[in-house]
Amino acid sequence: MKLTTKLMAFSAIVSASSASAVELEVMHWWTSGGEAAAVTKFAEAWDATGNTWVDGAIAGGGDTARPIMVSRIIGGDPPAAFQFNHGRQAEELIEAGLLLDLTDVAEAEGWAEIVNPSNLLDACTVDGRIYCAPVNIHSWQWMWLSSGAYEKAGIPVPQSWTEFAATAGDLEAAGITPLAMGGQSWQQNGAFGVMSVALAGTDAWLAVNRDKDAEVAAGADYARVFEAFGAARELAEGLNVQDWNQATAAVINDTAGAQIMGDWAQGEFAVAGEVAGEDYTCLPGLGEVAVLSTGGDAFYFPVVDDEEITAAQKELAALLLSPPVQVSFNSAKGSLPIRGDVDLTTVNECTQKGLDLLAAGDLLPDGAALLSPDTVTQLNDLLTEFWNTPSMTPAEVQSAYADIIADAD
Amino acid sequence: MALSEATDAGQAGPTKKPTRIFKNMASKIAAVPMVFTALVIFVGGTVWTIVYSFTSSGLLPRLKWVGLDQYERLWGSRKWLVSIENLAIYGFCSLILTLVIGFTLAALLDRKVRGEGALRTIFLYPFALSFIVTGLIWQWILNPELGLQSVVRGMGWESFTFDPLNNASLVMFGLLIAGLWQGTGLIMCIMLAGLRGIDEDIWKAARVDGIGTVKTYIRVIIPMMRPVFVTSLVLIGSGIVKLYDLVVAQTSGGPGLSSQVPAMYVMTSMFGGQNLGQGFAASTMMLVSVVIILVPWAILEFGGKKRG
Repeated sequence: MKLTTKLMAFSAIVSASSASAVELEVMHWWTSGGEAAAVTKFAEAWDATGNTWVDGAIAGGGDTARPIMVSRIIGGDPPAAFQFNHGRQAEELIEAGLLLDLTDVAEAEGWAEIVNPSNLLDACTVDGRIYCAPVNIHSWQWMWLSSGAYEKAGIPVPQSWTEFAATAGDLEAAGITPLAMGGQSWQQNGAFGVMSVALAGTDAWLAVNRDKDAEVAAGADYARVFEAFGAARELAEGLNVQDWNQATAAVINDTAGAQIMGDWAQGEFAVAGEVAGEDYTCLPGLGEVAVLSTGGDAFYFPVVDDEEITAAQKELAALLLSPPVQVSFNSAKGSLPIRGDVDLTTVNECTQKGLDLLAAGDLLPDGAALLSPDTVTQLNDLLTEFWNTPSMTPAEVQSAYADIIADAD
Repeated sequence: MALSEATDAGQAGPTKKPTRIFKNMASKIAAVPMVFTALVIFVGGTVWTIVYSFTSSGLLPRLKWVGLDQYERLWGSRKWLVSIENLAIYGFCSLILTLVIGFTLAALLDRKVRGEGALRTIFLYPFALSFIVTGLIWQWILNPELGLQSVVRGMGWESFTFDPLNNASLVMFGLLIAGLWQGTGLIMCIMLAGLRGIDEDIWKAARVDGIGTVKTYIRVIIPMMRPVFVTSLVLIGSGIVKLYDLVVAQTSGGPGLSSQVPAMYVMTSMFGGQNLGQGFAASTMMLVSVVIILVPWAILEFGGKKRG
């Protein structure tokens, strides 16, 4: 009898403690300095609620991480939450019913009113139900320039791509690589996307990426972009790095003049203690067409059998969008908050430029929300081949590009 | 093994034919689980993959037939053609060099050198590492800013250039160096075991006949080591076809597409591009090419025995 009571008391303690602290495994690919600092903010906020954040970081970027996450979900061993770029990447997982419907959380928290711009929530919505929690806005449309490198070359920092291309020779003469570009294909495809918005204009970009108009992709506006991209690959010679943050490091160390990269690069500048406007300059839309693309990261929550975990998943989803977490996370990551009603603690010159564009509504959807991952992979392959094959002409790559757009769904 | 099979077949000839199936019943029953696994997992999985390669499966498999579309796209893709070419270069060089270096090292060790145990351990050690680690180590060694090139330049040869991983025409050889470093040790050990199995009397007879050492190896020892070579060949061959992790760790397929391999094409289209159908089509082609090479060889190797 005594033993039974003891056992019962013991099991009661066990179940009580497990009810209050739920361990959630969260998978993401935020491993560079600035990203890791930002994800710690999430973990701290979640741990503060009495639960446990089990960090499942995967190094090597989204192209490495997504297959691992997808195979775990399909294989029946899903993490409690995982990061994707919102858009079409999770489309099929949602259709197959593998992801948790967050509509009740969204309604309770009033996401429809607070999420700004509203197309971020649209990217999470399938058939009127909401399946993801957007956490930040990231725009690809930036170029980062090193003040130190231009000082060494003795010329003023350019204010547009045209000026940059014209003065690149002076940088080379000073022993500086004008353009820093990592070796991974998504970086080359991304930079091409930025250049096509800046040089062909938003209308042509939307015609190609949203309407899949192959004629525009084969036309004169895009021919200009391919010429410029071909010239850019010569400007990037001499720097052999793989990861984007190594390329950013070259700009930070003044060994490279500039990098075309999304605003996540700003986290690296912050970790290195650089000041916007003094140590580095940022040009939205390459200084040609000032615009912000509203890509970003979102958390998805796989369906699990355990009620307790489901409740915790919903709690986490609400937490990720709460004002204090939005402020601390986005300040660390260099991204913009997804709600219009919070103020970032550290707004520097570049973040302010982004916020101004956001307020003015100069926005574009992100490429990942318009093109399927299959098309993106094909474009990655094509553009990285062009970037690394000096004998391939802009005209050749343009016709191959137009073919892929014609086949895109 | 081959010899016992041949005698076995000879004895079992016309007289004992009907009872053959009940021979060694216990061992046949013991083999059932493995036979079952092989049928369900290997054959079943293969058939499933081939069937779904004719569908438009995206992230998840679905039976929506598209005929040969996936194969048309596969063979129209530059990346796939480059992958095959790369694998052919890597496979050819890796096969020849692994066998030659492995055998040479084994033969040298077999000459009763001092410290054989230590040397054997040193040569075999890289095999204990995973391909990912090997790839990372060699990525650092071959990195022009950190590795060999910067060391030699630091010693005064300013114009020394050695950056195979950043040169599209040399990158496969950069991978080959790492592959050989990892793989030859094992082949050496297998060869050494084979050499140790050669009867001392053969050597004595060769010496009496006045045949030189090198000639003895080439004309007498190597033909006697045929089973050992077959084992090595299978090990090296399977390593070549599944070449993937080394590339991921060293170059991730770059620069450009210059170090893409078929296994990597399968992985990127299945999971990166969320296009299972395309990945299945590519893996089916990998299987077909292996079968094309393997079947004639197997017929020659095992089918020929019955005649003799």
